[in-house]
Amino acid sequence: MSVTSVELEPAASQIHSEGVWRAAWRRFATDRIGVFAATIVITFLLLIAASALGFIAENWEAETGVPNARPHFLGPAPVVETSVIAMPSGPNADLTELDPLAPRYAEWDAQTKQYAVNETTKAQTLAFGGDWRGRDVLAKAVKGSEISVFVGVLAALVATLIGTVLGAISGFFGRRIGDLLEWIYNVFEAIPGILLIFAFAAVFGRGMISVVLILGLTGWTGLYRQVRAEFMKHGSREYVRAAEAIGASNTSRMFRHILPNVSHVVLVRMALLVVGFIKAEVILSYLGLGVGVDDVSWGTMLAEAQSDLIRGYWWQLAAATLSMAVFVTAFSLMTDAARDALDPKLRGLE
Amino acid sequence: MLLSVQDLAVSFRVGKVNGNVERAGAVKGVTFDVPQNSTVALVGESGSGKSVTAMSIVGLLPENAECSGSVLWKQHELLASSADQLRAVRGREIACVFQDPMQSLNPVMTVGAQLVEPLRTHLGMNRRVARDRAIELLDEVGLPEPARRFDSYPHELSGGQQQRVMIAMALGCEPKLLIADEPTTALDVTVQRQILNLLASLKSARGMSLLFISHDLGLVGEIADHVVVMRHGEVREQGSTERIFSSPADNYTKALLACRPTLQDHVARLRVIDDHMRDAVAARPTAKPKDPEAPVVLEVRSLAKSFWSPRGLFRKSEFKAVRDVSFTLRKGHTLGVVGESGSGKTTMGLSLLRLHEPSAGQVIFDGQDLLTLTDRQRQVMRRRIQIVFQNPYASLNPRFTVGRTLVEPMEIHGIGKDLAAREARALDLLLRVGLDPSAFGKYPHEFSGGQRQRIAIARCLTLDPEVIVLDEAVSALDVSVQAQVLNLLKDLQDAFGFAYVFISHDLAVVRFMSDEVLVMKDGVVVEQASTETLLAAPKAAYTQALLAAIPRGAASVRS
Repeated sequence: MSVTSVELEPAASQIHSEGVWRAAWRRFATDRIGVFAATIVITFLLLIAASALGFIAENWEAETGVPNARPHFLGPAPVVETSVIAMPSGPNADLTELDPLAPRYAEWDAQTKQYAVNETTKAQTLAFGGDWRGRDVLAKAVKGSEISVFVGVLAALVATLIGTVLGAISGFFGRRIGDLLEWIYNVFEAIPGILLIFAFAAVFGRGMISVVLILGLTGWTGLYRQVRAEFMKHGSREYVRAAEAIGASNTSRMFRHILPNVSHVVLVRMALLVVGFIKAEVILSYLGLGVGVDDVSWGTMLAEAQSDLIRGYWWQLAAATLSMAVFVTAFSLMTDAARDALDPKLRGLE
Repeated sequence: MLLSVQDLAVSFRVGKVNGNVERAGAVKGVTFDVPQNSTVALVGESGSGKSVTAMSIVGLLPENAECSGSVLWKQHELLASSADQLRAVRGREIACVFQDPMQSLNPVMTVGAQLVEPLRTHLGMNRRVARDRAIELLDEVGLPEPARRFDSYPHELSGGQQQRVMIAMALGCEPKLLIADEPTTALDVTVQRQILNLLASLKSARGMSLLFISHDLGLVGEIADHVVVMRHGEVREQGSTERIFSSPADNYTKALLACRPTLQDHVARLRVIDDHMRDAVAARPTAKPKDPEAPVVLEVRSLAKSFWSPRGLFRKSEFKAVRDVSFTLRKGHTLGVVGESGSGKTTMGLSLLRLHEPSAGQVIFDGQDLLTLTDRQRQVMRRRIQIVFQNPYASLNPRFTVGRTLVEPMEIHGIGKDLAAREARALDLLLRVGLDPSAFGKYPHEFSGGQRQRIAIARCLTLDPEVIVLDEAVSALDVSVQAQVLNLLKDLQDAFGFAYVFISHDLAVVRFMSDEVLVMKDGVVVEQASTETLLAAPKAAYTQALLAAIPRGAASVRS
C-alpha cells in the first residue's frame, strides 16, 4: 500500500465495471437541478407532440377574442368614449317621403329573415390576451413552440453531429484528411453566413425541414474548430497512447476514450447553438426564407409583437419571450448537468 | 539568526459542513532556524508540508490558508506583517526559485526583459544600468554568452539554462535568503549536478543563506549543512547533515535513507517506509543471478527513427531521434536504457510497440518482424508487448473507472469468456498489484501517484504480455513510493517471467532493476554492457559523467 493512500471505503465500492455513459446517466439522476431542467424540457417536448398531433392549440387561428384582447387577470379594456357629439334623444325623424329606397325595406327585411344569423360574441378577455386579430396568444405560443423548438433543437443536433464527427476525424487523424476538412471549413467560413443560407434555401426550398437543414449545414463550423482542437490535444495524451498500446481501434479511441473527455465542449456549444438557432429561425422567417406565412413560431410572434408593444399590448411579447426563456434556460441547465455528470471528478461535490 | 520559524502551523479551509468550517492541517507545529550563510534543507515526501512551510515564510499561500505560530525574519515577525511590508521583504531580502522553470518564465517575453523588470521596479535602476546588471547576473549564474542570451526567449534555452535564469532573477536584488523549492527535480542528473554546484558557489560567494526543499535525501546530503526531515506536516528529525546521515535517530529518516537504490550494493528488494516504521529490519538478500541461457524473446536490429520537419516550402529536414539501436532481451531479464532528456530513449521504447512508426530496422519478436506485420497480425502481437508510461496522472483515462480500464483490453482481445469472467480476473490483478478490491469502481483521480502506477501495471498484466516496456515508470514518484513500485515490478518478474525494457534517467534505479544496460546520448548507443561491468568500469566518457553526477549524499559524507 502506498504511504499516501487515500481512504478506501469498501461500502461505497461497487464491483462491476460501468460504461462511461451509463455511469454518467446514474450521476445525472442524482442531480436535482438537472432532473428538474430535464423535466421542463420533456414537458415542452410533450406539449409540442400534443400540438403537432392536434390535441391542443388546434384552433390557434380562430379569432376568439376582440382585437388585442387583454389577459384575464387585467380585466376587459375600459370602454372609451369614441364620439364627442352626444346622441340626440327622441324618435328618429321620418324620412320615408324623401328616401328613394323606402319602398324596398320591407322586402329586404323579409329576405334577411331567410338566413340564420350566427353572430359569435367575441371575448373581451383571453387567458393570456389576444393578438391584433384576436387570436389567443397562449395557443399561439404553444403552437409556435412546435416550430421553434423543433427547428432549434434539431438543427443544433445536426450541426453538433456534423461538427463533432468532422472535428474528431480532422483532429485525430490530421495530415491529409485534416487538411481536406480544414479546406472545407474554410470554404464555409469564407462565405458570408446569410449568403450561404440563401444558397441553401434556394436548393432546399421553403419549409420547416429546410430551415433545419440550412441551419444545421451552416452552423457546425465553430463547434468543428473547437472539437478539432480538443482532439488534437487529447490525441497525443498518454491515456490515448495507452489505449493504442492495448490495441483499441481508431474509432474506439476517438469516441470511447477521447469524446467523453471533451464532451463538455460539445455540450456547452450545443446549448448555445439551440439558442442561436431559435433566434436564427426568426431572422429566416423575417426574410421570407423560414416557415410559411400561415404558420406561427416564437419568431413570428416576436416580429408581430414589435408594433403591439408600442401601443401597450405587451402580452404577445411576454408569452413568446417567457416560453423561449424557460425552454432555453432549462435546456442549458440540462446540458450543464450532463456535463457535470460526465465528469467523475465532480462526483461527491454536489 | 537570520530566519527563525517557531511552532508554525498551517491549515486550509476546505469547505463547510453543517455551518462548521472544515480544515485540513498541512503543517502541524514546525520549528527550525536558518542561520546566516548556511544551507538548511527541508526533506519529505509529497504531502509532508515542506513546500507549504516555505511558502508561508514569504506569505505566498492561497487565500484559504490559516497560519499560526511565528516566523521571525531578523527578529521581525513576518506572519503579522502587512501585505506591503511583506512585499518589501519578498524579492528584495528573500527570493524564491521554483521547481519547473518552464512554468515560471513568461514564454512571450525575452529572458532579459524578465530580468530587468524587478531590477527597475525594486531597485529603481534605469534601463541601461539594469541591462548591464542583468548581463552580469547571467554571467554569474554561468550562462554562456550572457549578452546574446539576454535577448533569447525561454524556449530557446534548455531546462538547465532556464533554471539558471530563474536563479539569476532571484539573485537580482541581492537577497539574504534564497528559497529553492525542488529546483532540480525537473532536470537531468548531469544538469542537476551543475545547478547544485552553482547554488553552493553562489552561497559562499555572496554569503547568503539557502533554504533547500527536496524529496531526495541523497541530493540534500550534498548541499545542506542542516537537514529537517518532515512527514505529515511534522518535523520527524533535524540535525546537522553529518549527524543525520551517520546516525539517524528516527525510523522514518532511516527509511528514507534506505529506500533509495544505491550504486554500491545490488539487492533483490528495496526496503520500504513501512518496513522501517514497523521496525522490521529484515536482512537484505542480494539479487540472485539470472539464467543466462533463457530463451530470447525480443531481438532488435539497427532500429532507427527519424522525424521530418518542413523547411521552407518544399524541403524537409530530418531529425534522427534514434540511430542504429540493437539488443537482445531474454525471458525474465531486464534491459536498462539510460540517457538524459532528448537522448531518444523514450522514442526507442515507443517504436518497439510501433506507437511511433520506426524508420528502419527490425524488431523480431518470437521469430516475426513486428515492423512488417499486417494490422491483423499486429493486433495479436500487441497483447504480448505492453508499455507502462511515465506519468501515472496522464496515462489513465480520467473518465473510466478502474474496473473499466482493466476490462477494456480483455474485451478488445477476447480474453475471458464473458464480462463476469473478465471482472473476476481484473479484481484478481488488482490484488496482485497490491490494491484494495474497492478500487474497482473508483476513478483515477481518487488515487495517489503510486497507486495509479499500480493500476497502469495491472492494465498491462490483463493481456499476459511477455515483454513490458517501462518508460520512466517510477520517475514521477517520490523515492519511498518508487521503492514500493520497483519491488512490485521485481516480484511480478519473478512470478511471471516478464522481460522488461526499463527506460530511466536514473542510473541507481536502473542498476537495481537491470541485467544489461544501454546508455544513450543524442539517439546513439554510447555504451552497452552488463550492469556490473558498466558500473565497475564505464568505458564511454558520457557514462562516466552520468555516474559522477548521481547524488550520493550518504556515501560522500561517510567516506
